[in-house]
Formats: sequence, structure tokens, C-alpha cells
Amino acid sequence: MSETTVRRAGNRVFIAAVVLACVWVLLPIYLLLINALSAPAEVTGFPKRFWPSFDLASIRFFLGFKGVTSALWNSVQVAVLTMVMAIGAGAPAGYALARFDFPGKQAFRFMVVMTRAFPLPLLALPLAVLFIRVGLDDTVIGLAFVHTTLALPFAVLITYSLFSGIPYELEEAALTLGCNRVQAFLKVVLPLAAPGIAASAVFAFVVSWNEVFASAVLTIEHRTLTAFLLQSLDVSPLPLKFAGGAALVLPALGFIFAVRKYLFAMWGIANR
Amino acid sequence: MPRLLPYLLLLPATAFLCLFFLYPFTLVAIDSLNHDGVWGFENFDRMASHWKFGPTFRNTILLAAVVVPLQLTLALMMASMVTRLKHARGAVLYIFAIPLGISDLAAGLVWLAIFEQSGFLNSALTGLGVIDKPMLFLGYQSKGVIFTAIVLTELWRATAIMMVILVAGMGLIPKEYGEAAEVFGASRWQRFRRVTLPLLKPSLQTALILRVIMAFEVFAVVLALGGTNLPVLMSETYHWQFTMQERGVAAAYAMVILGISVGFTVLILRLLHVPKEARP
Amino acid sequence: MAEIEIKGVGKTFGAFTALHSIDLTIKDQEFVVLLGASGCGKTTLLRIIAGLDSPSKGEVWIGGRRVDTLPPRERGISMVFQNYAVFPHLTVFENIAFGLRMQKLPQAEVTRRVTRTAELMHIEALLKRYSGQLSGGQRQRVAVARALAMEPDVILMDEPLSNLDALLRLEMRAELKGVLAASKTTTIYVTHDQVEAMSLADRIAVMHGGDIIQAERPVEVYRNPAARFVGSFIGNPPMNFLPATAAGEGRWQVAGLTFEGPRVAAPQIEFAIRPEDLHPADHGFEAEVRVVEPLGPHTLITASVAGVVMRAVLDSTLALATGDHITLSPVADRIRWFDLATQKAIA
Ligand SMILES: Nc1ncnc2c1ncn2[C@@H]1O[C@H](COP(=O)(O)OP(=O)(O)O)[C@@H](O)[C@H]1O
Ligand SMILES: [Mg+2]
Repeated sequence: MSETTVRRAGNRVFIAAVVLACVWVLLPIYLLLINALSAPAEVTGFPKRFWPSFDLASIRFFLGFKGVTSALWNSVQVAVLTMVMAIGAGAPAGYALARFDFPGKQAFRFMVVMTRAFPLPLLALPLAVLFIRVGLDDTVIGLAFVHTTLALPFAVLITYSLFSGIPYELEEAALTLGCNRVQAFLKVVLPLAAPGIAASAVFAFVVSWNEVFASAVLTIEHRTLTAFLLQSLDVSPLPLKFAGGAALVLPALGFIFAVRKYLFAMWGIANR
Repeated sequence: MPRLLPYLLLLPATAFLCLFFLYPFTLVAIDSLNHDGVWGFENFDRMASHWKFGPTFRNTILLAAVVVPLQLTLALMMASMVTRLKHARGAVLYIFAIPLGISDLAAGLVWLAIFEQSGFLNSALTGLGVIDKPMLFLGYQSKGVIFTAIVLTELWRATAIMMVILVAGMGLIPKEYGEAAEVFGASRWQRFRRVTLPLLKPSLQTALILRVIMAFEVFAVVLALGGTNLPVLMSETYHWQFTMQERGVAAAYAMVILGISVGFTVLILRLLHVPKEARP
Repeated sequence: MAEIEIKGVGKTFGAFTALHSIDLTIKDQEFVVLLGASGCGKTTLLRIIAGLDSPSKGEVWIGGRRVDTLPPRERGISMVFQNYAVFPHLTVFENIAFGLRMQKLPQAEVTRRVTRTAELMHIEALLKRYSGQLSGGQRQRVAVARALAMEPDVILMDEPLSNLDALLRLEMRAELKGVLAASKTTTIYVTHDQVEAMSLADRIAVMHGGDIIQAERPVEVYRNPAARFVGSFIGNPPMNFLPATAAGEGRWQVAGLTFEGPRVAAPQIEFAIRPEDLHPADHGFEAEVRVVEPLGPHTLITASVAGVVMRAVLDSTLALATGDHITLSPVADRIRWFDLATQKAIA
């Protein structure tokens, strides 16, 4: 009798803790959104209300601000390029790691894992100079190269774990049923891996979309949204900051939702 | 042909990593050791003798030392919650993981909305009658508050990564171990302490390495909340590269960040080493 | 017409030799079972025939064509995998149709063949399902149907029944035998289950340590094992072996008895007899009963003969207990002899 009471009380504490943790994550986002969805005067005013007035003036101000739309567009371009390159280079490597045993495999894996032990955005520093020399400075593609380097290790490891999860036997069955290697990949492996590959593509997009340091170092005229916001931090008015923050945060909600099933494939790989 | 196939598949990724990872890091190393064409440690001298280096280094290390242990605890708690949940597990996991997709800059702005002078913290405090007029939390006199705000932001933002890694790790631990311990009379806490934690070591290792490196890279959060009031290694690197136009010193800073990152990685690998025979 | 010829096929993985030098000819429409313990190289040989692995040496010929450098799809084979390999993203219909679509057959023909093989395997009601909605036995049927629909010259099967439970295995075994006999394909079937091998095979190829020891009709393999290993591997319980000492003129001393045996020069060889070929009699081996296991129709006894463990399958009406002494006499024309040095049967 008393034991069940204790257990029930414990359960209630547990549920309260879970709710509290959810509030801890969600509340700050809610507060930022209030600011983004209030008129500039309300944003700078005091005291604040704890619900939005749904006045889009801040958003309009943000979008109308010089350089914002082009920064948004640059961010999208860089992120899409990053996504394409990271998957394009990462997925074949992941496939090779999952399917073949060959000399040098361990060395390659080591190099990929090692990138995690390095503060990668720093590599923007020498590249800034190098890019000037080869004419890639302040270009969308130049920055996308750097972002791809950030996203590539993840793309390799995620696709590696994806392809490892698809039994080779299926591909072999396709081979005995009249496929060549390429057909077996396209008809059997790809359909099975597609959702996971899409998730890791989204993840590559996020990496690029969110990256600040390298973007700020490598772009001047063609600034991405993060670089733009960072460099105008000390001069821009609050409504601009918060609307900009919301523009960065909102896609994140969608991204994480899109990849939620694959979060473990992305980060659980850690254990191999 | 099939013999070459794996190498062909690895070629693009390898080329990328060589060109944009190994090569630039060689360049950073060279840049840091080369001042106006002269080889030596001149850049490091200039870096270390500048009055800001001491506080910068201290801030970065202190921030990591405060954030990482707190964050590890929080992540373990959240991961345990997710693992124990029977209903709404997916939804809770999604909510917990949201900050994973939020950049450090955005996180800084999120918490700026709370801490700025006309922000929500002041609104709440005056509304509750704790204070009668808004306080300046993030001014240059109140470094302690800035530091706290940064710690909170970092906790809020980067716990998700550790949490997801730990949830994945906990999922790999067969339930039978905990059940066996329960049969032998272990309490919930003892089970966590004696069974879960030791078996979780590999995941803890990864989570800690990732997180500690992120802590040394802290940048946009600091700028968003503290401006230049609380310099950290990354922001100083940026400052020397751009404002001072001294690439050599920026490269020296980069080498310092790299050095402590690699140092701590090795340290964590050592401390949390699991012998091969003891792996499940 | 698809005769399979395997000529001197060997396979090494690094320093490890999985197959030494395999020679085997399989006639058109023959059903050959590769039988052997786990790890003896059965799968390796099958995969080399399928083209999923390439041999380190030797040649593979199918239907008069040398195929060992050709990819699987050009060999006229199809295969049933141990874990079925039913594509999870396709319906049962599309699984069975997969190979036909690769051949670009017209839709009408695809439908006709899928329907026919599905009926043959009794899965016509499952055609719209996905593999996740099937039981193990049903998946197995889909895998066989998919292989049959190709109307291949050769069907290769790697332990296709090993993942089914005992009852289902018995049922599928009988069904497979019927279906494959009707399909008139040449079949190579891998298993480690000797009962399966006995019941299905036209010919059993017994494998051991990367070699084929004997490839003959099941009865022959059972009655006249070519090597000591075959006798000890096939039969449950296996053959009994006793040391035999030369007593001159082709006579051999075995546990106190003297037998007419082969005329060979060796001082010592081995005497072998199957457990069911031992009978209680007045004259024979003096045996002390150690364990009595009533099995219904028979009683299996484990006894000690001159310090060697022997098993005998006796009539279950015999009342025996541990410690009893009985006299067991071997059926004369069932006695086999093995050379100690070569481990081979002595004719
Ligand atoms: N890809 C491989 N690499 C190394 N050794 C292998 C490989 N495939 C099989 N072997 C070894 O070859 C031997 C035969 O394997 P296999 O043909 O699968 O045996 P089975 O008779 O059980 O099917 C085994 O000892 C196995 O360990
Ligand atoms: Mg096998």
C-alpha cells in the first residue's frame, strides 16, 4: 500500500521534472518569438508583455533592412551547396566503409573521426588568404567548401551507419536477379536509404545555415544571415536582432522535426 | 575494377578533407610560426604579452570548467528521462533536441531577449515587485552577470547534443543488466551509478570530447550577450584577424585553441578509457 | 540444359584457405546437396558458383559456358538466401517480379509468371503485402517464388530452411522437393542438416575442411562412407569405430573377436559398424551397458566394449538397465574398414 503511494509520488515528481525540462527548452524560444511578433516600439518598450501582439512591423522592418534579403538568399545558397557537396562526397564514402574491406579503411575512418577533435571553423583563417589567391574570396561557393568540410564527417558517418543497416544480402539478391552493381544500388539500396540520406542532407543544411565564425571570416559583400547579424550586433536595433534571431531559429524547429528519427544515427554513431 | 571501387568512392571525401582540413591546418601552423617572413615564436610572444591574453584565456577555460560539468549532469538527467519515458517519448525527445538545430548566434539572441535591459527578466522581476526599475544586466561592470548569462545560454543550447548521444548510448545497454542488478537488490540510483554509468563510458567519452571542443570554440554567444566585455579565445582570434589585421597572431590564437582542444581530447580519452576486453 | 562443372576451385581469404581444390560435376536437372558442418566452406562454394565471390583458382562451367569471370546476372542462375533477402521496400508481387522486370519482360508475361509461381508456393493471397507483414515461413516462400519466377537453369539455395521452426521446416522440405522436381532445374542446396540432405538429394556432396569428401547417392553415402569422417558425421547416432589388429591372412582382431577383413599390409586398421547393425546374440562383443535411452520404436544404448564407447539401436521390447552385460553381434555384410593413416575406406 505505502509502496504504491511512494511509487505514485515518485512518478509525479518524474513527470513534473520532464515538464520542467520541456519548459526550460521551449520558454526562451517563446520569449524570442514574442519579440519577433511585436511592433518595434513594444520590443524596445518596458515592461514587456508575455504574449505577442502579432504585429508584423518588426518582421517587415527586418526584411526591409538593407542587406537582409540578400543575406538570407546567400545563406540559402551556401546551405544548399553544402548539402549537395556533403552528400555527394560523403555518401559514396559511407557506402564504401559499409560494404568493403580494403587496406586504408582504418586510416580513412581515423581521419574522419579526428576532424571532431579539431575546432574546424578555424580553418577559415588560412583559407581566407588562399581564396583571395584563387579568386574564391567572398564567394558563396568558397564558403560552401568550408561548410562542406564541417558537414562532411557527419555525412560520412551517418551514411556509413545507414548503409551498414541495409543487409548486403539484399544487394546480392538483386545481383542474382539480373541487376548489375549500379542497378542493384539504385533499385534496392537507394530506396531503402533515401529517407536517411535526406535526413543527413537536412543536417548538412543546418550545419551551414547555423555556422557563424567561418561565414563572418570569409564573406564581406556576400554575407550570410549569421555573418550579417554578427557583424551588425553592436549597431543594429533590438527589433532587427530579434527578428533575425527568429529567422535563424524557426527553420531549426523544422529541421530537427525532419531529422528526428535519425538523430541517433547521427550522434549515436559515436559508439562505434 | 572492384578492387579499385572502394578507393574511387572515397576519393571525393578524401580530396575534400585533404584540401580543406589537413592543408589549412598546416597553413595555420605555418602562419603562426612566421612573422613578416621570419620564423620563430614572435606571434606567440605578441599574443601572450598583450594584456587581453590572460583574461581571454582565463575566461575561456573558466567557462568550459563551469559549463561542461553542469551540462553533463543536465544531459544525463534529460537522457535518463527520455529513456525512462513510456508515453510521449518521441515528442519529449524532439523538444529536448530542438536546440541542436539552433546556432550559437541565435541562442545568444534568444537569451538576449531575456537579459537585456528592457527584456523579459527585468519585466518579470518588476512585475513581481522584486525590483522597482529595470537593471542593466549586461553592462561592462557586471561581468559576473554576463558570465552567468553565457553559462545559461550554453547550457540551454548545447545540452541537446550530449543528451542525444547519451540516449543513443543508453539504448545500446541491454535492459537485462539493469534488471539483473535490480534482482540483486540495487536501488534506482545504485543501478544508475554501478551499471548504467560504467557501460555508458564510450558515449560519455564522445559527448565530452564534442562538448569540450565546442566550449573552446565559444564565440557568437559571447559576442551577442557580452559584446567585447568578456573576451574569449575565438573572439580574440576574430579580433586579431579583422580589426588588427594581424594574421600571424590570429594563427597563434588558433594554435592555442587547437592545442588545448587536442590536449583535452587526449585527456578525456585517457580518463574514460574502456579496455577492449571490457566492451560489450 | 544446364550441367555444372566445378574444376579445381579453391578460395583463400588472406592466409586462410576456405576451399582447397573442389572438383564436382552436377548433371542437368540433378538435385545436389552440399552437406557439412558449419564453417566447412559450403556457402563459399555456393557463392562462387553464383558469382557473388570469385574463386582464387579453378574454373566454373554452367551449361557448357565458362562463367567464373561473369557477373551473377549472366550465369542463368537464381538464388534463395539464408535470410530470404526479400526486399522490404517492395510488395510480394514486386519482389517476385523483380528479376522479370530486369529482363524487361512484357507486363502480361510478368503477371502470368508471378501469378503462377505465387500459386505454386501458395502465397497468392499475400501478393499485395510487404515483407514486414509476413511471417518467416511466408518470406521463405516469397524467396523461393522469386527464384522460380526467373525460370533459371540453376537454382542455388543456402540453408533455406534453417531459420524456420521444426514443424514448418518439415512441411517446406516436402513442398520444396515437389516444386523443384517439377521445375526441372538443376539445384544446388546447402545445408548442415543431414536429414534434410538425405530426404532431398539425388546426390549428397559431403564437405569437410574445404574439401568434398564424397559425392554420391544418399544411400551410398550412408552405407558406404568413403572416409571415416563421413561415417562419423552422417547417421544419428553416428557409426561405431573399434581398433582392429592384424591377425594374418586378412584376419583382424577386434575387441576379442576375429573377423575376415581386407588384405592390407598395415598392422592396425579400424573396424566400423552402424548402431542399427548391432544385434543381441550369443556370440559377439562383450558390452557393458552405460546408458539406456528409450526412444519409442527403438532403444538407444550406450555401452562400453573393450574400453571403447559404442552405441547400438535395439528393439524397444528388450529390458535393459545400466550395468547389464550383453553380447552384441555385428551384421557381417555391414562391417566397414578404414585405413588409420589415410582415414579412407578400405574396399
Ligand atoms: N569474407 C571472408 N573473410 C574471411 N574468412 C571467411 C570469409 N568468408 C568465409 N570465411 C571463412 O571461410 C570458412 C568457410 O565459410 P563458409 O563457406 O561460410 O562456411 P559454411 O560451410 O558454414 O557455409 C569459415 O571458416 C569462414 O570463417
Ligand atoms: Mg553458410
